[in-house]
Amino acid sequence: MININIKKVLFGSLGKMDLDVEVNIKEHSFVALAGESGSGKTSLLRVLAGLEEAEGKISVNEEIWLEGKKSLPTQKRGIGFVFQDYALFPNMSVQKNLLFVKKDKALAMKLLEMTDMLSLKDRLPASLSGGQKQRVALCRALMNRPSILLMDEPLSALDPSMRTKLQHDILKLHKEFGTTTIMVSHDPSEIYRLADRVLKLEQGKIVQDSNAKEAFLKTKGSQKFSLQGELLDIVQADILYIAIVAIGQQLVEVVLDEKEAKSLTIGQSVQVNTKAFAPSLS
Amino acid sequence: MDFSNLDFEPFYLSFKLAAVTTFILFLIAVPMAWWLSQTKSRAKPFLEAISSLPIVLPPSVIGFYILFTLSYNSPIGAFFEETFGIKLVFNFTGLVIASCFYSFPFMVQPLQGGFETLNKNMLEASYIAGKSKLQTLLLVALPNIKPALLTALIVTFAHTVGEFGVVLMVGGSIPGETKVASVAIYEFVEILDYSQAHIYSAIMLVMSFLVLLGVYLFNQHHTRRIGVS
Repeated sequence: MININIKKVLFGSLGKMDLDVEVNIKEHSFVALAGESGSGKTSLLRVLAGLEEAEGKISVNEEIWLEGKKSLPTQKRGIGFVFQDYALFPNMSVQKNLLFVKKDKALAMKLLEMTDMLSLKDRLPASLSGGQKQRVALCRALMNRPSILLMDEPLSALDPSMRTKLQHDILKLHKEFGTTTIMVSHDPSEIYRLADRVLKLEQGKIVQDSNAKEAFLKTKGSQKFSLQGELLDIVQADILYIAIVAIGQQLVEVVLDEKEAKSLTIGQSVQVNTKAFAPSLS
Repeated sequence: MDFSNLDFEPFYLSFKLAAVTTFILFLIAVPMAWWLSQTKSRAKPFLEAISSLPIVLPPSVIGFYILFTLSYNSPIGAFFEETFGIKLVFNFTGLVIASCFYSFPFMVQPLQGGFETLNKNMLEASYIAGKSKLQTLLLVALPNIKPALLTALIVTFAHTVGEFGVVLMVGGSIPGETKVASVAIYEFVEILDYSQAHIYSAIMLVMSFLVLLGVYLFNQHHTRRIGVS
């Protein structure tokens, strides 16, 4: 069990803000930290890693990591951390990046095998693609068999297909190594696929603590679909208006009447809801 | 021109002085540059200003203060002479001390710049992997600033070879002891021996150019290989 009860003053883009988090996390669970940028997700992760100071208390499986002035150094926390920008050591080959953490060649080979990276083990990071780099970073983070794996938006710099592949790798490794995994993410599908608990932060505080379905499923009442999108354009066609809305990577058209068309402004965020139809997947 | 009686001792002295100075400064400047690049201390601007002073001060001013501090008439000079029997001015030891002050910023600044451009997350990844600050400096930071490292070493070396004012103030011109190439050239000009001055100057010019060319060729090659991250 991880018990976190911390306070820290942050100076973000919106000025001064109090990070004030009290939460318990079960061993072997997969927790997603969601929330807008500047809400304190990354800071919380860095405090857990011992990379930033904070007041309060953190204990992990009865071991005290932070209490008052006493803080266990990062080096002794035995965690794994995956950064958004990979943070690999450019002077070392893939294999040496892993062995730098721990001289355990069998484990390094096993991790590279599990992530289909074995054939690239002697390459330098500069010659790898983003997805490959992040797989190396993921393997490296597991080299000291951490009890806690922290990930700060690990997949947000990757394209969608690579993301899906990496999500499978993350889940596989999370289960194989039995880590307690805490991941910062913006992507609902990613969170749904991976996490069994979602903590949503707002202005440094946890405002929602639920599973992924509750956190992101936005339909109310008899609504069958509710999609968040951005209104790109409104085109007049005879007496009707047609709105062009971007939902994820897709564009859709929605028919509006004049009153609706007048009440919307281009560029705003809109909910696209629908009730009476039976969707089919193909 | 007469090459037969060319005396290479001043060149040898210049390069010996530069090599010793570069070696000593490397040991001092690496920890200092690393600290400066990582610290948020309020003392940082003061230390940076002090370490950059030799760039702006006239060499005669540095030379004068060093002479004043290290000569037998000062407590430091007297202490060294009485305790260890070492004279600190008008000999090679004095030149090394003076050069270390004079060339200090040329070693610290490229190193500090190199350390500051390193990805902070990469250094943190090393701490998370359980490595100490010293291990991170030696195994991660230094190997990843090779171009800056080479620049620091070469520029320090070249700058020491090229020094004149400080050397003259602290060392004088004792043949085989403190008469380095730049001082020798000055003396040739003073006695109107332009042909020897030409030869010495041309040698300095060509060697300096080749050294700098080597640095830039290496840096270009290195940037292509590792890529700019």
